Amino acid sequence: MIDFSILIDNLDTYLEGFKNTILASIIALIGSFIIGVIVAVMRISPIKPLNWIGSVYVEFIRNIPLLIITFFFYIGLPSIGVTLTGFVAGTIALAIYTASFIAEAIRAGIQAVPKGQMEAARSSGLTYLQAMWTIILPQAIKIVIPPIGNQFINLVKNSAILGMVAGLDLMYFGDLVSSHTFVTFDVYIFVALFYLVLTIPLSLGVGYLEKRLARSH
Amino acid sequence: MFKSKTTKIAGVLLLSASMLLSACGKDKETSGSAKNALEQIKANGKIVIGVKYDTRLFGLKNPSSGEVEGFDIDISKELAKDIVGDEKKVEFKEVTSKTRIPMLNNGDIDAIVATMTISEERKKEVDFSDVYFDAGQSLLVKKGSSIKGLEDLKKGTKVLAVKGSTSAINIREKAPETTVLEFENYTEAFTALKSGQGDALTTDDSILYGMVDQDANYELVGGTFTEEPYGIAVKKGNKELVDAINSALKKMKDNGKYDEIHKKWIKSN
Repeated sequence: MIDFSILIDNLDTYLEGFKNTILASIIALIGSFIIGVIVAVMRISPIKPLNWIGSVYVEFIRNIPLLIITFFFYIGLPSIGVTLTGFVAGTIALAIYTASFIAEAIRAGIQAVPKGQMEAARSSGLTYLQAMWTIILPQAIKIVIPPIGNQFINLVKNSAILGMVAGLDLMYFGDLVSSHTFVTFDVYIFVALFYLVLTIPLSLGVGYLEKRLARSH
Repeated sequence: MFKSKTTKIAGVLLLSASMLLSACGKDKETSGSAKNALEQIKANGKIVIGVKYDTRLFGLKNPSSGEVEGFDIDISKELAKDIVGDEKKVEFKEVTSKTRIPMLNNGDIDAIVATMTISEERKKEVDFSDVYFDAGQSLLVKKGSSIKGLEDLKKGTKVLAVKGSTSAINIREKAPETTVLEFENYTEAFTALKSGQGDALTTDDSILYGMVDQDANYELVGGTFTEEPYGIAVKKGNKELVDAINSALKKMKDNGKYDEIHKKWIKSN
């Protein structure tokens, strides 16, 4: 069976990492959502250059491994004089990376709102941005909650990338505990359990929202 | 209804998964063979040795030839020559400080020749041969750095180390005020130092000399502050294999082969 003394003896270490994983996840979650919405709106905007920038962002970022984006912020930026800690570099990379997937989910959601809605809103005198913000996005959000929820779950798990750049997260401290106790397997089972503490409620929450919104339709 | 059912299912799945996983983890350990490790190696006609692939001078994969090269590699070949009878009958597998003990205990490798310090802690996990290399922990800094030795590692300084290495533990004891950041391997730790993510990098001087060899803008400071005798590790309880390794090491030292290998890789300090 699993050796629970590992968890008990190293509880402080685990909790320190758990705290930072939660913090990084929350910051990246908010950041990725904001960037994701902006990029999605750019992608479908009628202004060509914006459209172009949005597409380049999505195609560029989502097709690069997260690890490389993280290394770029951690060891690439210092060459132009910007030094970020592992935590900051990892969290920014996580937000930027996840944003590309969220942007795609939101774009699909916006395009799923019937075209007539936008036309009606524009013809009743709203500007493009007003129509987008007050008419289209509220409807689109309902459609995109399940795919965005999935991205958020991925984000929490992907936050383990911080462990690669000494970002003091759960994975980083898990590595340290395993290397000091020489117990590999049990240590990572506990790491996995801590991730589940975050991802299972997220998963259930998304399921619940999905059901409620389906009813309200 | 929906909620309680889901949690129940999730709970059962989780429990069974963790039991299954921990069961297979233990299985491999207990499946001791009737033959001892030395006989097994001779029967297989080759010895599988875990070495570093990222450590200049000791075990480094040469990208142009695809071969690993270094002090540990040459020592391993000599071991194979003595134990299996042919220096080519050795298979190298990449290990890191983090993976080497689990890989040994899982039976993935027969022995570890990977800049591994003999310590009391590790002796509980594995059996060690005699010392085959004497190293000592030191500090690597950029030339002109204000850090001249251990005493300069005050609050606010950052020291980079490698996960699972004794140097990470030592530096916390010797310089308790400094912040220690640990990386996957020496390449990443050195890259982080070059990017200014830390003020110094600490590990055995032997490995640090390899980094200086690669980039002369860095230098060792403060001398050595620990003794790091390197040993060859085998799975616990394999006295025959330890004896065979020790006798091979002794032969190398007697016939001058050891000095030759030492001279080839390690420049005099």
